[in-house]
Amino acid sequence: MSASAVHSLWTTAADPITKIDAPKIEYGQLSPTLIVIGAAIIGVLVEAFVPRKSRYYTQMFVSVVALAAAFAAVVALAAGGYGTTKAGIAAMGAIAVDGPALFLQGTILLAGVLGVFTFAERRLDPEAHGNRVDSFAAQAASVPGSDSEKAAVKAGFTTTEVFPLLLFAIGGMLVFPAANDLLTLFIALEVFSLPLYLLCAVARRKRLMSQEAAVKYFLLGAFASAFTLFGIALLYGYAGSVKYATIAQVVDGTIGDINPALAGTMGNDVLLLIGAAMVIMGLLFKVGAVPFHMWTPDVYQGAPTPVTGFMAAATKVAAFGALLRLLYVVLPGLRWDWRPVMWAVAVVTMLGGAIVAITQTDIKRLLAYSSIAHAGFILAGVIAASPDGVSSVLFYLGAYSFVTIGAFAVVTLVRDAGGEATHLSKWAGLGRRSPLVAAVFAVFLLAFAGIPLTSGFAGKFAVFKAAAEGGAGGIVVVGVISSAIAAFFYIRVIVLMFFSEPRPEGPTVAVPSPLTMTAIGVGVAVTLVLGVAPQYFLDLAGQAGVFVR
Amino acid sequence: MENLIALLVAAPLLGAAVLLCGGRRLDAVGHLIGTALAAASFVIGVVLFADMVGKDAEHREMGQHLFSWIPVEGFQADVAFQLDQLSMTFVLLITGVGSLIHVYSIGYMEHDERRRRFFGYLNLFLAAMLLLVLADNYLLLYVGWEGVGLASYLLIGFWQHKPSAATAAKKAFLVNRVGDVGLSIAIMLMFTTFGTFAFGPVLEATGETGEGKLTAIALMLLLAACGKSAQVPLQSWLGDAMEGPTPVSALIHAATMVTAGVYLIVRSADIFNGSPDAQLVTTVVGAVTLLFGAIVGCAKDDIKKALAGSTMSQIGYMVLAAGLGPIGYVFAIMHLVTHGFFKAGLFLGAGSVMHGMNDEVDMRKYGGLRKYMPVTFVTFGLGYLAIIGFPGLSGFFSKDKIIEAAFAKGGTEGWILGSVALLGAAITAYYMTRVMLMTFFGEERWRSRPTASPAEPSVEPAAEHHGEHAEPHPHESPRVMTIPMIVLAVGSVFGGAYFSLGDRFIHWLEPVTEHAHGHPPISALTVTAATVAVMVIGVGLAWLQYGRGPVPVAAPRGSLLTRAARRDLLQDDFNHVVLVRGGEHLTRSLVYVDHTLVDGVVNGTAATMGGLSGRLRRVQNGYARSYAVSMFGGAAILIAVTLLMRAV
Repeated sequence: MSASAVHSLWTTAADPITKIDAPKIEYGQLSPTLIVIGAAIIGVLVEAFVPRKSRYYTQMFVSVVALAAAFAAVVALAAGGYGTTKAGIAAMGAIAVDGPALFLQGTILLAGVLGVFTFAERRLDPEAHGNRVDSFAAQAASVPGSDSEKAAVKAGFTTTEVFPLLLFAIGGMLVFPAANDLLTLFIALEVFSLPLYLLCAVARRKRLMSQEAAVKYFLLGAFASAFTLFGIALLYGYAGSVKYATIAQVVDGTIGDINPALAGTMGNDVLLLIGAAMVIMGLLFKVGAVPFHMWTPDVYQGAPTPVTGFMAAATKVAAFGALLRLLYVVLPGLRWDWRPVMWAVAVVTMLGGAIVAITQTDIKRLLAYSSIAHAGFILAGVIAASPDGVSSVLFYLGAYSFVTIGAFAVVTLVRDAGGEATHLSKWAGLGRRSPLVAAVFAVFLLAFAGIPLTSGFAGKFAVFKAAAEGGAGGIVVVGVISSAIAAFFYIRVIVLMFFSEPRPEGPTVAVPSPLTMTAIGVGVAVTLVLGVAPQYFLDLAGQAGVFVR
Repeated sequence: MENLIALLVAAPLLGAAVLLCGGRRLDAVGHLIGTALAAASFVIGVVLFADMVGKDAEHREMGQHLFSWIPVEGFQADVAFQLDQLSMTFVLLITGVGSLIHVYSIGYMEHDERRRRFFGYLNLFLAAMLLLVLADNYLLLYVGWEGVGLASYLLIGFWQHKPSAATAAKKAFLVNRVGDVGLSIAIMLMFTTFGTFAFGPVLEATGETGEGKLTAIALMLLLAACGKSAQVPLQSWLGDAMEGPTPVSALIHAATMVTAGVYLIVRSADIFNGSPDAQLVTTVVGAVTLLFGAIVGCAKDDIKKALAGSTMSQIGYMVLAAGLGPIGYVFAIMHLVTHGFFKAGLFLGAGSVMHGMNDEVDMRKYGGLRKYMPVTFVTFGLGYLAIIGFPGLSGFFSKDKIIEAAFAKGGTEGWILGSVALLGAAITAYYMTRVMLMTFFGEERWRSRPTASPAEPSVEPAAEHHGEHAEPHPHESPRVMTIPMIVLAVGSVFGGAYFSLGDRFIHWLEPVTEHAHGHPPISALTVTAATVAVMVIGVGLAWLQYGRGPVPVAAPRGSLLTRAARRDLLQDDFNHVVLVRGGEHLTRSLVYVDHTLVDGVVNGTAATMGGLSGRLRRVQNGYARSYAVSMFGGAAILIAVTLLMRAV
């Protein structure tokens, strides 16, 4: 690759280099990401310099303040019109600041705050040696069951590194849906994936399962990343640029100039199609669409439940954001090629997730398959290829992330001697013993099932409506059938909780600290508010539904 | 003046609300409040009538728009009233007869501890019935239609401690539902056909509408009318409805509510005019019912049931007339009004007799009562003369016109319908004379009551032995009951003549219903002569059978027809065999289909999904390598399909 070609990966200038300009960085518009990444770095320094005893509170404080500040920055940007009239490209073409980006960043940040709350929960397990413990291993590096682990527990160690890891992941996720060139996209992907791999491995209980999940996630994630990266290379070969706008123009045929260095490949549609398919595949892996979903159940089950909840919510938001931007900004000219394929993926994802979920016996795996089915529903909105499709997906993602975090937070409460009691049979009769917890979980399940007066219905209605209006009526039919299948296993859990006799040796419901209570409470409140009065938020998503090019 | 229209409905509605919500505190004055508000409504009606008479015939219609009820784009339902000559006639009949019966009920229900509630229901009925006749659109009419149905249900079952009353109320309600379905379908058809259901636009648009649609709407309206007015085939409830207190039978099941079907047909005249087929069906229904009711009336020993059969028969005359079209509408309404007077009077007389006879209803246990109840005898007798069509009394004028109009329909149909109507007149004379003779003449059978032998139970299941208590002491009813009877008797005597002389009633209603003079194939005088002749024959036959010799206290076995007529011409047996059994078979087969087919499909789908799920989950084997293969395969397919799509 020639020097100028390498250079053009980073700048827009295809001209021969005469002088090097200092890149122009719009710090204000990038502030949400910068705040979160900065806080993550502070978190690393906290690990290095703050005494062990005060790290937990310091980390929690830093995380919550940073996320709140970043959210405030997002709101300020949106209020300042950066989501609509002043939307534009920042950081020399690397980051888009527009409606969808701000909406999704806000959603991710709120999910992040709730994630911090569930991460910081320390009252669910009994105290070990006079120290309160959270969901994470005392020392991630120690072999499970070894003496060094016992010593670490005895010493009251905790893995407070999870907070900076979480912040790094959030930082990457903030960039992911805003990335406006393929390399930024890839780097953001890695920035948020790597901390998640680590977080999956540090469960305090069932460590082996947790580590197995992390390794699987890492291997398959690396595999998917390789696809993505190769796809990026092919797209560069096709367009001579990694910038979304430039690729789109080459696809449209508005740029006909052949970069002499790429004379052999540029404008070759085979490269475009293969490259696009591979990049899309990498994103479909992250959203958990069939057939790239296989990691989901194992990872969701193995990862510490707070991590699962956060990951299930925020990863989906970030990945769908990136997918939307890719399809709507880079490849609208290719719509007739990607739509049939995405049709098929959406259909098998909806049906596959719903059908396999029927026979699941573990609540976390059940929710994993449910998340796969939901990925299919959201894909239906993506396929609509219309502004309504975008806004419906945005609304769905916002609604879904709160339900998910809330549901997984409830899962952390139901415990027996071995930690969380995730086998469904143990949930029998929960409604008689702990009516409130069971009722809250029932609300989340009904929202997953898309029953009216919950956010799930409003979201599903919005995406199906957009899909039907976008000419994808068939997919709506499949979607409704899948919803019916899915309703079966959601309702089955409700029936199990309320209409079965409690088992004598059943689990107990832990009384959480206000942190988890807040996460669950916010989840229920948002679920009901978005279900009963969704119009304001639909309008908000509608305003945010236009991508900048 | 228009603003008074709503008050017509509001007064009894207020009464119903006060009486039904007021609780025991109002027990002492409840009947007075109810009667006062009914009378208030009547006074408002008279004021409006006076105002209307003062205007030209063409400008008498007025309306009042109260509020928009269901304002939806393309669907406007208003609460609005229309008061024209037809509505006015009904308003005066309903409030006038209604007020009299309120007064009568003060005496009749004196010893009932739920008298306040009774008056509340009566007021509710008045409000609903007025709403029905004042509505300016079919939807609001439907509200009134259901309202009178509700009031009827509540009042038939007023003595709900008697199982027979509770059953009768339920039966009336259920049978009426069938008719109500007809009305609701008719309204839906109107909405789809005309885009509205207000009388004005609907009836104006009938001219441009296809006959098929008009026939469908008209037949549905006819079904509704059959339900409410107890016409064949929905007649079965009326006889049992006599379980209600007698004032109810007089007001609701003789004078007003049961005639709502006739009102509906006449109100929808333009729809029926546009569909000769529907008119033919209407006349057939009327003709069949007038014979059916008359035959049933001949066989009943229960005085109220005999009168109920007579009501059915007389409404048959009205429906027949309404089915004849413009030559009959006016006479249908005229007979409706005169019938309202004399039949209400007859029922009140019957109630008075029961009042003096320990609530005995079996006429075989009456006899010779004229000495003991002179006022009842005279008023009942005048009503009797009116209904059989004694020349000069009101029934004579109205019925005679219907028979003339039936002949005037022309052709074979005219002859058949006319003959049936004539035959009906003969039977009417027969059964009414029978009632008259058995009740007021002959030996005093109530004196020498044989002990009821259990070996011979009464053939008439409803004629219960009202207690084996002491021999009754027949006595005249108090004045509060006799005065309404006297007023109604006056109406029965002079009403027909007043309406007919100078064609007053025709001129009054003509602007609303149109009127065409029918030309019977035989002269009007001949028809009149024939009517009087058959009447005399009917009276004579009855006298031969019941007047000459003693009437047996236990009913003789009777001919096959008599026995069938005692069982209401087997209407309930028919309904049981065809509808109840048929319905049971239908539900059973539906349940079978539901169990095998529907559940089979549902359970089969569930089982298939479960099996599929069990198989698919095996793919999830836990090995990262298999997962990677799946991803690789997926990516390969993705790329291949993308390329293939482009190639194709």
